[in-house]
Formats: sequence, structure tokens, C-alpha cells
Amino acid sequence: MVYTQSPLAIGLFFTFVAFVLGLSFYLARRTSSAEGYYAAGGNIHWFTNGVAFAGDYLSAASFLGICGMIATAGYDGWMYSIGYLAGWIVALFLVAEPMKRLGKYTFTDALDSKFNSKAIQLTAAISTLLVSVFYLIPQMVGAGVLVQPLLGLPHWVGVCIVGVVVTIIVATAGMASTTYVQFFKGALLLIMSTVVVIAVLVRGLSTAPENNGQPYHDFKTMQASATLEISEPGYTVVAGLESAYGEAGFVKLSKAGQESIWQLNKTATGYTLEETLFMTKLADGTKMFNGAAKEEGAFFPVGHIKELRMNGQEVAATGAVGPLAYLSALKDSTIVLWGKKYIKEGGTTTTIYYQKPTPGARVLRPGLKFKVDNATGLQKFNFISLMLALFCGTAALPHILIRYYTVPSQAAARKSTIVAIAAIGFFYVLTLFLGMGAMTNGVINLTDNNMSAPLLALSFGVLLFAVISSLAFATVLGTVSGLIVAASGAVAHDLMDNFLGMQMTDAGKVRAGKIAAIVVGCIAIYLGIVFEGMNVSFLVGWAFAVAASANLPAILMLLFWKKTTAKGVAASIMVGLISSLGLILISPDMWVRYGMLPGDAPIQFNSPALISIPASFLALVIVSLMTQKDVPVVVSDAAEA
Amino acid sequence: MGHGPAVKLGKDNASGFKTRLGVWMFVLYTIVYAIFVAINATSPKSMQNILFGQTAAVVWGFGLIGFALVLAVIYNHLCTKAEAKLNG
Repeated sequence: MVYTQSPLAIGLFFTFVAFVLGLSFYLARRTSSAEGYYAAGGNIHWFTNGVAFAGDYLSAASFLGICGMIATAGYDGWMYSIGYLAGWIVALFLVAEPMKRLGKYTFTDALDSKFNSKAIQLTAAISTLLVSVFYLIPQMVGAGVLVQPLLGLPHWVGVCIVGVVVTIIVATAGMASTTYVQFFKGALLLIMSTVVVIAVLVRGLSTAPENNGQPYHDFKTMQASATLEISEPGYTVVAGLESAYGEAGFVKLSKAGQESIWQLNKTATGYTLEETLFMTKLADGTKMFNGAAKEEGAFFPVGHIKELRMNGQEVAATGAVGPLAYLSALKDSTIVLWGKKYIKEGGTTTTIYYQKPTPGARVLRPGLKFKVDNATGLQKFNFISLMLALFCGTAALPHILIRYYTVPSQAAARKSTIVAIAAIGFFYVLTLFLGMGAMTNGVINLTDNNMSAPLLALSFGVLLFAVISSLAFATVLGTVSGLIVAASGAVAHDLMDNFLGMQMTDAGKVRAGKIAAIVVGCIAIYLGIVFEGMNVSFLVGWAFAVAASANLPAILMLLFWKKTTAKGVAASIMVGLISSLGLILISPDMWVRYGMLPGDAPIQFNSPALISIPASFLALVIVSLMTQKDVPVVVSDAAEA
Repeated sequence: MGHGPAVKLGKDNASGFKTRLGVWMFVLYTIVYAIFVAINATSPKSMQNILFGQTAAVVWGFGLIGFALVLAVIYNHLCTKAEAKLNG
């Protein structure tokens, strides 16, 4: 798709970035101690911290990834919202207060509080570093996605802008600036998303969605005989029934030198031909969109309702509706979704996007993305494994855990978690309307669904788009800041200070953290460029699986099993880390990244949590039982508030 | 290098109560979440049934999000009460 840049959008974007940087430089003057850098001095108010939690958590994955996935796969995308929110229950009920009680700056501090073990310091720091980097990838990909329509810049430039700005933020002020950036961003994201959802409901549903004053594309249907004689004049068949296209259920036609691909639907007398969209990647790497160069804008946005029904009547438009009536009308209607097929001819690969009219009730239940209908055992395993990772991952994310050290008490840790649950839960309700709104308002870019929410905002005018896109960019900035603080803490505090025992002054610790932040920032920039094009929420699913496998068993067993030993904790982290990362690296989706066929991958599931989490628990129990003489004699039960 | 908390914390006599309460509430929510995942995995078509004018899947989704918030508020209320009583 070709986007037109608006000076307003560009101006707003730079205003946001300038505000974030200004806040960082202002707060940097107050951050001279290690406590200030890593834990904002432990004096952030619980409400501010709660909204900042939401800011941290509502990352590119939530705002861009989930909305994009709902826009193309319906309810299955919303399953991520449900799973992510459920994870906060683990954080609130099991982890929040003990983390506050046990830790100082990092998640490793809490794990190591009873043992002072070099093995824990090393393994937990490695885990924090790897999980943070894994979580950074989708954020950077999201940044790259955003700058294309906003500033007209290529993906890699967006990744670099975020990398540089965030590294400056973190290297100047640490956790205090990250917290306030997240607070403002989290609050604004909630407000502006609510505005877009209200606009969606006021517009209502229509079979001919309007996109910022532009009429929706009029999809053509033609008739053809059994021998492919086309009813409309001027069309000649380029690739017919005997070709690779014909075998896949398509036909390639040409009219006045312009090629087009049509979906074949068999009828009693011949075929009905339905218009498709297609992207051709030539042998030299050039990409053509609907048979033309990208700049010509032939590849249009899609998303519409075929038959709209409200209160049992077929209508052309509903007018303004309430949220429940909106979902109810969608459930009773037929929505056009988009299937995807690949055709290879020599060195040319054509991706065809074809219409799939689907009952709304089918869209609003699981099964369009996840293979759960008539699924094999392995497919069900994959689904359950993902839902387990989402449930267990939140309470094991280092950049979330370190936020517990920024508040003054355990009660404040608990209350800030509840504020986070309320804010995040509300936002996840909004994602359903944002995603379904994008699905039915003709705004989806089929080559990259990550932009669905900002493009939905664009359908209401450039001002809303500018604000939402700038906010989404700030979302990435804030989350990446938190992740880099966590990662730099792992290097400077856990590895250099604790594990290696390097003697550093307080200022030296802060300096080490800042240098670590710059290095991690550079790694994140590189990975953000490599992983271009993958759905960001899908990538976050992997980060959750790694965090849940490496960190959560150790945290929970430390809190609830008195026989846990230092070696057990270290073994659990390493087994969780290696098994989850190992399974991801040999998964079908990674096989595609290596340029091979997914069916050739050694394993046929993508989510490792159902294997790696139990393996991590098992490793902890076995090793702890084998090393019982290492259990510390004094275990303090005198908790403090 | 010490690993103590970033700020000085006072003694909390309600800690044991809060831990037990947290575990029970966690178990309760986990059971409901597990049932939701199990239905989706084994009988996804039943999620298309209509409840209160919406698909069962949508009702379950809103229900799980709302249930999390309700449990969180109850948990905070009980914890705050216990802290006031046991910590003076």
C-alpha cells in the first residue's frame, strides 16, 4: 500500500518524541544514585505505577499486533487479549507482594535473596537479558511498521529511530523517566483508543464502508464458461485451468496489458470469477502489487461486510449502535475475510489474497487462526501451549517485575497491580472493537496487518490517525525503555556487580548500566530489522513462552516450596531457557525464517510452553531434592510491609 | 552487594493471610481459565452458541476479563482489612 504523509501527523510525531526526550532530560538531573536509576528511588505513587504498568504492558503487541490479528482472524486475535490479562492474576495473587519484599533492583535480586548464589546470579541475569531481547524484537518491528505511513520512511529507519531515542532516554534517566513516560503514554493510549471505539460505534456498520471520504473498492465478479470464455469483453486468459494457478483454484487474466488474478468458483454451467489481490515477488527480489509497482497504488485496503443483518433484517447500514448491538449485528452478518495462497513459478512467487465470506458468528468464536476445529492432537497441544504461555508469562517478564521496586510498600505494589488490571482489562475490551472495526471498515493492508488500528483511525481523518500513530510510536518508545532498563540492570547490577564482584562506586554502577543500555539498544535495532513483517503479537507470544519457562517456575517454587535450593533455581532457569529457546528455533515458523518449508521442521508446533514449563519445574524439584544440604538454615518468615 | 529491598519496609503480620488468600484466588481463577481453554480446544463449535445475544466465546471473554477485576478488588479489600487489623 502507498501512504500519503500529512504534515500534521509528522508534526505531532516529532512533538511526542520531543516531549518524551524533554521529560527524560528533566528527570535525568534527579537521577544520580543506582537506586534512582534502577528503581526510581522506590517512591513512585501506586496509581502512577499502576498506569505505568499498563503503559509498559500495552506495547506494540497489544495495540498493533492484537488489533491486526483480530482484523484478519477475528476472535482468535482476541484470545491473546484474554490470555495476557489472565496473566495479571498470577502477578497479583502470587508474585506482586513477595517480589516487592524480596528484591532490590532486579528480578535476580528477589530470586537470590535467600541464597546469595553465583549460579542464580548468572542464570537469572542471562534469562533477564534473553527475555528482554526477545521482547524487544516485536517492539522494534512495530516501530518499523509505524514509520512507513507516518513519515514515509522505510522499516529500518523506524527501527533505528526508536533504538536511538530510547537508548538516549534510558542512558539519561533510567527508571524514573521510563515510569513517567509510561504513565503519560498509558493514560493517553486508553483515552484515544476509547475515542476511536466511540467513533466506530457512532459510524456503525455498512456494506460499503467509507474510508476518510474515499469510496470502498467495488469488487468485480464475472462469469466464465467451462472452457474459460469470459463474459466480459477484453479479457484474455494468461494462465488457465491447466496451469499452477488453475490447480490452486485461480486463473490469471489480462486486459489492456494489465494482468489480474481471479478466484474460480464452479457453477452448474461454468465458473464465477471473483477479484483477488496479489503480490508477486520476482526472481530479482522486486515486488509487484496487483501487477504494478508499489508506487502506483494498485494494492488497495480491504475489509467489508457482504450481508449485513440487524434485528433479523438485511440492511445496507446500521447507523450508530451501542457496543453490544454492534457485536450482535456482526454475529448475524456475513463478513468477507481474506485467505492466502502461494504459487511458485520458476523464481517468481505470487501471494494471492482471496475473498472468504464467513458467517459473523464463526468469526466471533475461536478457530480461524488456531487449528482447533477437527484438530489433531498436536494442533490442540499447540493451542493449549500458547494459552499457557500467555497465562504464565506476564508474572515472569523482567521489565514488569522491576516495576514492583519503584513503589514504597507491598500494599502499593498490590494496589498498583489492581490499577493495571483495570486499565489493561478495559483496553483489551477496546481491542475487540478496534479489530472488528478494522475488519469491516475497509482499512486492512493485507501485506502487513500490524497497521490495522492506526489505519482504522485514519478512516476517521488524519488528525485521529496522527494522534494514534504518534501514541503507538510512544508506546514502542516506552516499552523498549523499560526493557532496556531491565536488560541493562541484568548486565551491570547482576553480572558485573554481583556475579563478577567488580568493585564499583554508585556512580560507576549507573555508568555501567548506561553503557549496557547502549549495547542492548544496538542489538535490538539489528533484530528489529531482521524480523520485519512478522505479526508483533505472535512474536510476543514467544517472549512470553521463554519468560514463563525460564523465570516463573523459579519464582513460584522459591515462594511456595521450602525445599528449593540455589542449584535447583539455577537448573530450573537454564532448563526453561534452553528448552523453550531450542524448541522455538526448530519450530515451523522459524523454519520459514530460515528460507525452508515449515513442513520440514523437526517439530510441528510453534509454542513450546507446555513442554518447557513442566521441564523447568521438574528440573527444579529434582535438583533441589538432590542438593538438600544446600538449603539455607535460616528462612525468614517475618515478612515486611 | 546486598539484595534487600530498595526502600526500608516495616514488619507485616498480615503476610501469611495474604499469601493464603492469594493462592486460593489464583486457584479459583486458574480453574475458570482452564475450563475456557479446554472448551476452546475440545469443542470450539459450542463457542458459537448464542448466550445473551452474543456468541458464547464473546460472553466468556468479557466474563474472564470482568472476573479478574472483581477478584482483584475483593482481594485488595480483604488484604487492606487484614493489614489494618493485624498491623495496627
